[in-house]
Amino acid sequence: MNEPSSVPLSEQEMIRMEKVHKWYGTFHVLKDINLTVRKGERIVVCGPSGSGKSTAIRCINRLEEFQRGRIVVDGQELSSDVKQVEQIRREVGMVFQHFNLFPHLTVLENCTLAPTWVRKLPRRQAEDIAMRYLERVKIPEQAGKYPGQLSGGQQQRVAIARSLCMNPKIMLFDEPTSALDPEMIKEVLETMVTLAEDGMTMICVTHEMGFAKTVAHRVIFMDGGEIIEENEPEEFFTHPQSDRTKLFLSQILHN
Amino acid sequence: MAETPLSRAEPPPASTIGAFGWLHRNLFSSPFNIALTVLASYLLYLTIPPLLHWALLDATWSGDSREACQANGGACWVFIRVNFEQFMYGFYPEAQRWRVNTALLLLILGAAPLFVRAMPNKLKVRWGLGLLLIYPLVAFVLFKGGLFGLRIVDTSRWGGLLLTLIIAGVGMTAALPLGVLLALGRRSQMPAIQALCTIFIELWRGVPLITVLFMSSVMLPLFLPAGVNFDKLLRALIGVTLFQSAYMAEVVRGGLQAIPKGQFEAAAALGLGYWKTMALIVLPQALKLVIPGIVNTFIALFKDTSLVLIIGLFDLMNIVHNATTNPAWLGFSTEGYAFAAAVYWLFCFSMSRYSQNLEKRLYTGHKR
Ligand SMILES: Nc1ncnc2c1ncn2[C@@H]1O[C@H](COP(=O)(O)OP(=O)(O)O)[C@@H](O)[C@H]1O
Ligand SMILES: [Mg+2]
Repeated sequence: MNEPSSVPLSEQEMIRMEKVHKWYGTFHVLKDINLTVRKGERIVVCGPSGSGKSTAIRCINRLEEFQRGRIVVDGQELSSDVKQVEQIRREVGMVFQHFNLFPHLTVLENCTLAPTWVRKLPRRQAEDIAMRYLERVKIPEQAGKYPGQLSGGQQQRVAIARSLCMNPKIMLFDEPTSALDPEMIKEVLETMVTLAEDGMTMICVTHEMGFAKTVAHRVIFMDGGEIIEENEPEEFFTHPQSDRTKLFLSQILHN
Repeated sequence: MAETPLSRAEPPPASTIGAFGWLHRNLFSSPFNIALTVLASYLLYLTIPPLLHWALLDATWSGDSREACQANGGACWVFIRVNFEQFMYGFYPEAQRWRVNTALLLLILGAAPLFVRAMPNKLKVRWGLGLLLIYPLVAFVLFKGGLFGLRIVDTSRWGGLLLTLIIAGVGMTAALPLGVLLALGRRSQMPAIQALCTIFIELWRGVPLITVLFMSSVMLPLFLPAGVNFDKLLRALIGVTLFQSAYMAEVVRGGLQAIPKGQFEAAAALGLGYWKTMALIVLPQALKLVIPGIVNTFIALFKDTSLVLIIGLFDLMNIVHNATTNPAWLGFSTEGYAFAAAVYWLFCFSMSRYSQNLEKRLYTGHKR
């Protein structure tokens, strides 16, 4: 993996989470989450399973509601207004652990659906854009196939292309490689690295520490619904501050 | 590495392949199976030959009165031949029957493109929706008349297979979209809509269709102001449609529940709203999953149309029944009902085959 260019970050804020709290029933799943992400910044979130990583990033495009605090995305504060939420989701792409491709549509149709129905692009134009992104994730030849006919790694790359077709300003990744066989992880990570090189604002929940080291500006460690530690990758891996971080790192680095 | 001789591929044992193998596997694999096979063969021997004799070998096919049938012991298909037109059109005036035939021809021509493999699915959907909007109007004008110089034929004269197909056709095309809406409503986040849909579904599912028809025909006029007169056929159509839509709703709901949460989330994350998510992502998958259930409901609906005889409509079943009570043809009810059964079976079986075909063609191999 090659080092993404280190252009100085702009000061423009893309995401701001302020004192965000969330409960599932009586279970306090997010406790006082504060996070600011600037334009072009790349954040890696890690932490033990069940620590609230998915919940936290799903709050950003409001796949999950939160009960206290506020979240501002690209200058707009999240509310419960459906139209506004849909508006924000257009600007925030998301890649899921289990791809969630639409199985009844071809790869190309997966990629053109939202641009044509949400962005109202003409079909021709949407297809051109889709093919461009499919080329970028290196599977233009699969455009006519159905997701069920592709390998896991290919499906995840289609999922990335599908998000990119909406021309989002922010990309959220929720463990994009943890459902993949080892030989396919690399192809997906490479795709994400090229995305990083282009200056995309990214938040990645991942345990791929190699990826974190080369790509991330900051690594965030969550446990028990809290942000325990936050640092530059170099510092984070060499001098973890809290015991919980040390324990976590020793566990994942031993596997 | 020393080369080891590959073991030669041998043919499978004779007892597992070919016709002999099939017989062995399926009919004679165990003593219990052997006993069943023998018993079944004996039962077939008892029933099939007499049936063949009655229906084909000893049957009378030609002639135009019951006297022709006296000589042979078998079925008197003359009864069907003589009454055939009535079975098809009911009491629709003979001179006007070309209108029914024209409507049928238009339907065949209109629906033909839907069966052309080469036509893209999207175009088929558009064509189908267009047909659904336009055809009922055209057919109604043709059947009922009153426009373009066509003589008015009152709905009470529509009958036979024509009426059966009208009720079934209207019931199916109206019950499916209504059922989809009810199913969506029942899963809605809005408590009022959810409650309304649930009550509607449970109410209609909880009563027999025969009661619905009876109520619509006998009780409804009691509540309506005097002079307001609803067409009897229209009431039956509404009754059948609402009744079947409740069943359809539950079938569709089963499909909706089978769609993984991830599909909704992926659609939402792309900025699709509720209706677009449903129309483009969820329903195409859900409906495809429940094709067998939908067709099951359609088949039930088709056969249930025969219940309209309770309110005095002369559908295929009732018109056959009516013919068997004709003094000139007393004693041929077996032939009549056998014919009706054969017609119902033909339509239901075709639907079943078509749905299997559809399932195969819509399969996109996503069960990976
Ligand atoms: N829909 C839900 N209802 C109740 N509890 C949930 C729900 N989703 C997640 N949780 C709980 O919230 C916690 C955090 O979940 P999640 O954000 O998925 O963690 P992570 O992604 O870090 O593994 C877990 O303990 C999980 O069991
Ligand atoms: Mg998770």
